[in-house]
Amino acid sequence: MAGSSLMENLFQRTLEDLIKGLRLQLIGESAFLSKALDEIRREVKSTDADTKANALHKLTYLSSLYFYDMSFAAFHVVELLSSTRFSHKKIAYHAAAHSFSDDTPVLVLITNQLRKDLTSTNEFEVSLALECLSRIATVDLARDLTPEIFTLLGSSKVFVQKKAIAVLLRVFDKYPDAVRVCFKRFVENLESPDSQIVSVAVGVFCELALREPRSYLPLAPEFYKILVDSKNNWVLIKVLKIFAKLAPLEPRLAKRVVEPVCDHIRRTGAKSLLFECIRTVVTSLSDYESAVKVVVVKIREMLVDDDPNLKYLALQALSVVATKHLWAVLENKEVVIKSLSDVDSNIKLESLRLVMAMVSENNVAEICRVLVNYALKSDPEFCNEILGSILSTCCSDVYEIIVDFDWYVSLLGEMSRILHCQQGEEIEKQLIDIGMRVKDVRPELVRVSRDLLIDPALLGNPFLHRMLSAAAWLSGQYVEFSVNPFELMEALLQPRTTLLPPSIRAVYVQSALKVFIFCLNAYLLQRGNAASSSTFDRVVPDVPGLVSERDGPESSSLASCDAPVHCKQDEGFNPRVFDQSFEGLSVEHGGEETATLGQASASSSLKDSFTHESIVNLLNRVELAVVPLTGSYDVEILERARNILCFTELIKRDLLDSPVQKEESLEREGVQASQIIKLMHDAFSNDLGPVSVSAQERVPVPDGLVLAENLEDLETIFGDVQLPSLNSFSLGSPQYEERAGFSIPIHESKEEPVPSSESTSLLAEHRKQHGLYYLPSANKEDDYPPANDTKLQAGTNDDDGDLVKLTEQLLLSKKKPNHAKPRPVVVKLDGDQATIATNPRPKEDLLSGTVRDVLLGSDTNPTSSQGQASTKSSSKRKGKEKLNVDSAKENLGGVEKHDQGNPGSRKSKHHSHGKGRRHGSPGKKGAETEENGQKLKQKSSRTHSKHKARQRAEVPLNVVAQSPVIPDFLL
Amino acid sequence: MIRSVMVINTQGKPRLAKFYEFQPAEKQQELIRSVYGVLSSRAENVSNFVDAESIFGPDTRLVYKHFATLYFVFVFDSSENELAMLDLIQVFVETLDKCFKNVCELDVVLNYSKMHTVLDEIIFGGQVLETSSTEVMKAVEEISRLEAASNAISLVPKSVSSWRSR
Repeated sequence: MAGSSLMENLFQRTLEDLIKGLRLQLIGESAFLSKALDEIRREVKSTDADTKANALHKLTYLSSLYFYDMSFAAFHVVELLSSTRFSHKKIAYHAAAHSFSDDTPVLVLITNQLRKDLTSTNEFEVSLALECLSRIATVDLARDLTPEIFTLLGSSKVFVQKKAIAVLLRVFDKYPDAVRVCFKRFVENLESPDSQIVSVAVGVFCELALREPRSYLPLAPEFYKILVDSKNNWVLIKVLKIFAKLAPLEPRLAKRVVEPVCDHIRRTGAKSLLFECIRTVVTSLSDYESAVKVVVVKIREMLVDDDPNLKYLALQALSVVATKHLWAVLENKEVVIKSLSDVDSNIKLESLRLVMAMVSENNVAEICRVLVNYALKSDPEFCNEILGSILSTCCSDVYEIIVDFDWYVSLLGEMSRILHCQQGEEIEKQLIDIGMRVKDVRPELVRVSRDLLIDPALLGNPFLHRMLSAAAWLSGQYVEFSVNPFELMEALLQPRTTLLPPSIRAVYVQSALKVFIFCLNAYLLQRGNAASSSTFDRVVPDVPGLVSERDGPESSSLASCDAPVHCKQDEGFNPRVFDQSFEGLSVEHGGEETATLGQASASSSLKDSFTHESIVNLLNRVELAVVPLTGSYDVEILERARNILCFTELIKRDLLDSPVQKEESLEREGVQASQIIKLMHDAFSNDLGPVSVSAQERVPVPDGLVLAENLEDLETIFGDVQLPSLNSFSLGSPQYEERAGFSIPIHESKEEPVPSSESTSLLAEHRKQHGLYYLPSANKEDDYPPANDTKLQAGTNDDDGDLVKLTEQLLLSKKKPNHAKPRPVVVKLDGDQATIATNPRPKEDLLSGTVRDVLLGSDTNPTSSQGQASTKSSSKRKGKEKLNVDSAKENLGGVEKHDQGNPGSRKSKHHSHGKGRRHGSPGKKGAETEENGQKLKQKSSRTHSKHKARQRAEVPLNVVAQSPVIPDFLL
Repeated sequence: MIRSVMVINTQGKPRLAKFYEFQPAEKQQELIRSVYGVLSSRAENVSNFVDAESIFGPDTRLVYKHFATLYFVFVFDSSENELAMLDLIQVFVETLDKCFKNVCELDVVLNYSKMHTVLDEIIFGGQVLETSSTEVMKAVEEISRLEAASNAISLVPKSVSSWRSR
């Protein structure tokens, strides 16, 4: 036995051998390592401590630098910890710190060993244990070892004491009750004569204060003293960090620290301290003009420094200051813009951010032009950073800074053409959003979309497909503004569209249908007017009869929709349609409308282009392009292609087979076809508008409607069909996602050419029900009757009460209030920002509340590991906690008084307060420890019960100081 | 606090890795890889900062220094000062230099445990403990002496005692 261990020991490879072997190996690294690992697995089980230590040492090395899992050796680490030899201990502690996590099961076994080492006379052993504890302490370890750490806090050896202070951070974190025991000694260290101790203590306070600053306000006087007196840069940096957190909470404190901070700025030679002062001022003292001025001077010095680090940090500081003092950035404009071309990407990004901070209504065009030009020249990554930040800046607050939307839209188009552009998705979102919100810009939007669509090069860039989808949708939706719809059609059906993903192709096909119908309609009007202007009038009333072979109710409803639309013409709804329809009929009437939208010229030029041949060509072109799509595997494409084809069949037969006949005398079939076209055209020209995200909230729940709390079962019931459509109406609104945005036209197309089926009517039913709730947010009653009235109105128009018609009406009424607001140009909804602003707040409060409870000394936390004990005593604890909070509040008052130069009264007050409290607490605490003890006993560990005794002995002593902890130290 | 200290060579091999918050081995490897990925793409004479939030999550920063064939990397959060961290890297390297007399990558490779001993005296549980390399050296030497002593005692008597027991 002994012999084998000797052999093992003699022939075992040490870590050094392993490392050297690894460098010289010829069998390949992984083979060598797995061999070594096998060896280690064997050796680690050895009974010989030396062999085991060596094996663990190697294993830790491999785990640390070659990332092998070493959890299998956890127990061996525990074994080795108990070795008396220092070198073994060192290896074991290193291994433990490296490999143990909160979930390591053997952790419960090391409590005793740690305790033994913490009380060792050898300071290096103590140090090893503390180091390990600082990395792996769990709730249990922290709780059980708090007394030992408390003792070490008073150690005479600085080497040990500073580590004991540092370990407190982890201990407090895990076991907040330790604050009660250790806080007093901990705070005393702030006034230690040894600067190392102060440095470590301030470091720990800095960590704590960053998490929950308010609790440490009472210690402000101590920190202030350090801020003024200390000469150690490390300490000063940490104190500044603390004050940066405290100052915003207590304005008088901010006033006090401004001067010392400025003093440091003037005096210090250390850049790190200087920068920390700058940061403190820009983040927390930015209300003090004089300080900011001093700081900006320093920032400028750093900006022009050769050291890229200083330049980078100065830019960062500037971007913080920019929110409140934009002048500081403007003063340094040249440097900032020059930095855009720096070699360092950090600096480039930071200056880009600053440039965007300088953007305002007046200079947005200029800055964007410069940036876009710059983006053309820069590397792909930075190019996209630039484009991304332009996009996000411009769309903030519903395009607040954009005045000239024509310019912005063409900028979007221009951006898409930049070689490296990968912002398709964002551009898509904005294009559609602008299309819906800003009516006046639609002609320009269509022009830009056309330019994008006819450019075959763009189809090859997958990043831009989303943007193209937006362009296709826009050109279909607003085709009436198009200069040349034939060209659009060509673009939408070009062969290279095969490069697009199916979902986007489907949008193309749908848009093609819209454009097609627009063309046909224009042609018919033209022809109809030429032939006989009077027939046109009869069109509307005739509809139900004419299309009787189609689904009756649906089409009739469509027709009756026209009636209200006609009446509302002067309210500005979709004037284009009427310009078209009345063009020939009533020049005297249409004039004013056309002029405003600047499409008069377009329509007049178009007039000539809708000849019979061109329409026939178009028809053939459409058929040619769409027929192959019926073989598509994508249902969306398939369905839409079929729609188009059915439609063309219908039209072709009725309209184009005997053109000469028709032109001479309007026959019945011709009229019929034209009616269908007209109806569909009208359906497509319904305007879509954004809906406030909060719209739903504003609708009171009708009586008798029971809203289920939990909608989980809904999903199983409705599955697929209805929920998507629900989305498209309620959620998507201000910025439709691709799917959502396009689902509207999809439904329309389904309804019109294809007779309504069971499912469409269901859908319509659904919309009718829910559409009512998606009311536009702002004063709808001013201009328009509420949606409910629309329903009534619809009923009177056509008593048949058809669902599809209602849907149409709802769509109308939904959009109109948005657009009727003759607010400048952009449709804004209150809900757009309101909800965003209010939402996160409650969360924050909750968070800071809990953190505060924990750090105030308290008791809410120890639940997880101490289950029973804490629940039992929870009522007592709650009481205590409350007191704690009170005292903290009083302290706040204390600080204020101090600031007024009246510390005396504060002192006495807190003394009495503290004393009053002392009577009650020890008893309570005693009971609590008792319980703790009982709980520990349940764990049936002898040492634990020993510990219990000790804890009981020690804790009550400390308890005296606990609750009034903070006040005492203020004195 | 300081989240992590890494020493990576210019080939991407980690030479020292210490995480002050527990990370499983695979995660460590992934983090080191992504850090190296960023570092290796950076030119000389640019700033010593790298955007760490994409790698380490929110509120993290990273500074590094490039010495010969090694990158020294510190990852930390907003409670540390960036420039001070750069100074701390300097302190660390200076201490190693004193330790190994002109430190080079090979020293770092061969002295795994000493590297850790040095680092542990400078950073303790993520907190800056000591910033004077002389103080650190004192402690490190003391520890080495103690280690050597405990090993020296062990070797002879151990073999003797196992002899006797035969």
